Amino acid sequence: MRRLLVYLPLGAFAATMLIPFVWTVATSLKPQEAVFSHPPRLVARRTSHTVVVEGRPLRVRPLDRDGAARTVRVKVLGSGPAARRVLTVPADDLRERSEPVLRLENYPEAWRAYPFVSFWRAYANSLAVAALVTLGQVVTSSLAAYAFARLRFPGRDLLFLGYLGTMMIPGAVTLIPTFILLKNLPGVLDALGGGGWFSRGFVLGGGVVGLDSYFALIVPRVFSAYGTFMLRQFFLSIPRELEDAARMDGCGSLGILLRVILPLSRPALATLSIFTFLWAWGDFMWPLLVTHSHEIYTLPLLLSSYQGQYGTHWPYLMAASVTALAPLVAIFVLGQRYFIEGIQLGAVKG
Amino acid sequence: METLTAWLYLAPNLAGFLVFTAGPVLAVFAMAGFAGDFVSRFEWVGLANFAELAGDRRFLRSLWNTLVLMSAIPVGMALSLALALLLHQKVRGRVVLRTIFFLPSITSGIALFLLWRWIYNPEFGLVNEALRALGVEGPNWLRDAFWAKPALMFMGLWMGIGGHNMVLYLAGLQHIDPTLYQAAELDGAGPWARFRHVTWPSLSTTTFFIFTTNVIGGFQVFDQAYVMTRGGPDGATTTVLYYIFELLYVDQRVGYAAAVSVALFALVLAVTLANWRLGRSGGAR
Repeated sequence: MRRLLVYLPLGAFAATMLIPFVWTVATSLKPQEAVFSHPPRLVARRTSHTVVVEGRPLRVRPLDRDGAARTVRVKVLGSGPAARRVLTVPADDLRERSEPVLRLENYPEAWRAYPFVSFWRAYANSLAVAALVTLGQVVTSSLAAYAFARLRFPGRDLLFLGYLGTMMIPGAVTLIPTFILLKNLPGVLDALGGGGWFSRGFVLGGGVVGLDSYFALIVPRVFSAYGTFMLRQFFLSIPRELEDAARMDGCGSLGILLRVILPLSRPALATLSIFTFLWAWGDFMWPLLVTHSHEIYTLPLLLSSYQGQYGTHWPYLMAASVTALAPLVAIFVLGQRYFIEGIQLGAVKG
Repeated sequence: METLTAWLYLAPNLAGFLVFTAGPVLAVFAMAGFAGDFVSRFEWVGLANFAELAGDRRFLRSLWNTLVLMSAIPVGMALSLALALLLHQKVRGRVVLRTIFFLPSITSGIALFLLWRWIYNPEFGLVNEALRALGVEGPNWLRDAFWAKPALMFMGLWMGIGGHNMVLYLAGLQHIDPTLYQAAELDGAGPWARFRHVTWPSLSTTTFFIFTTNVIGGFQVFDQAYVMTRGGPDGATTTVLYYIFELLYVDQRVGYAAAVSVALFALVLAVTLANWRLGRSGGAR
């Protein structure tokens, strides 16, 4: 009885969480017309007809059927020797069968359906942007965290306090000045001797440094107070004795960081990487603000632009969504441990 | 020497931090004192933007919308705690269940919002089909001025309850000293009394942290309002951040948008501080 009180709500919650996903995958595999069937079905069905002619089953489409007649005219489907011929067969020979339809073609068709830029270009853009943001954060945060955790210099604690303070500031606050900075950056650099290259140049389909460039998608998101804070906390927990041996061997501070601290910090680095990657991968408002060339669109932008264009073709839309979600589910299932630990690590700051 | 080394290590991060975080935070206050698009023109207007803000019906409406959407936060926290308490019983398949509960929040983003547009489709969506099976004809959720907000809130609950909050509550539950429960049981405390006097007070730090981060996040809702409703119908889901986006992109009033950001900043700060003081008097560290 008591077990039931625990498992029943857990099961209900689990079902609530899973049903929308199941429904999405199911929709992504339906033919467009099956989406509008009443009552709704998880898997679309279609009626198929076969007749057996000379011992061979042939897939056919009935052309007319007179209720009184004993025969029915059918057109042969497929690509066999009899294809497209019209036969007249005894009505009793016509077999009717309902079979499930899983339309896998929706996927390649959905990927091709984007009119402005290819789905995979946007996928690659998202991947590249998220990977570079993650790499940049891990590298710059590790260096800064090491300085805060292990080196002594005047103003260290005050500066660290400054970092901590900005963590409380909502990201929306820095949006506008950063946007205006990027908007004016090419002009300013050209005035300083860029000779017009910064405002008129192109890099891989986007601008060089200003709005509408890979620079705008990546660089402003690389520098993270949170990553620095998190890694500093982790570095502080590493016993200093471990560094002494390396110091005896003549390692400088960089050697200690690379050979002692970083290898010991793998869990923290993995956590920071996963969170940064997912955040950069899913981020929507910033790319929406700073891009307008389709060539540099990230996946979320492409997905949201699609709904206006083909908002009613739900199977395509769901196929595209599933394609976008699949890597996230994979990353999560593989790196689950780091997630759970990472979330708990994050709570330390409260 | 050590000082020089330290600054070398700090330099890349610090430079970016100054240009893209600290600089913009200071700049936004200055920008709020100007009018214009900040490309072709801008002029100093002093506090005029803030004076306008106080009587700006669009702003006040967006603030109201945001607060209404945020009213789902306590509900979500209660559900997260309930899930955590259930999982904390020695249940079988715990890791699998936790993975399932976490799935919506890990995948949250544009793809899921598109999914939910489909679920809320008035004719063929999952919600209305289910209601029809019960004999009720559901509304056009996302195009109905009344139902759009509850629809977004319900979706938010679905996405959020099994996510970070639940994991934090689970961690909190694991850290409660079991002797406290034994003592309570000796005193004859039932399940509710044990929850009321042991579990809930022991989780106050976690609750405080979750509430604060959720409120900060709640003030910055944008993506779902853009993808699912475009701030509509008739402005019913125009959040503060969506209003800032409109000011930037549609109205091109950059200085005024900066003033709205400053107001948002002040609100977040005020709520965080109030929450912190309440938490301290309530026993949370």
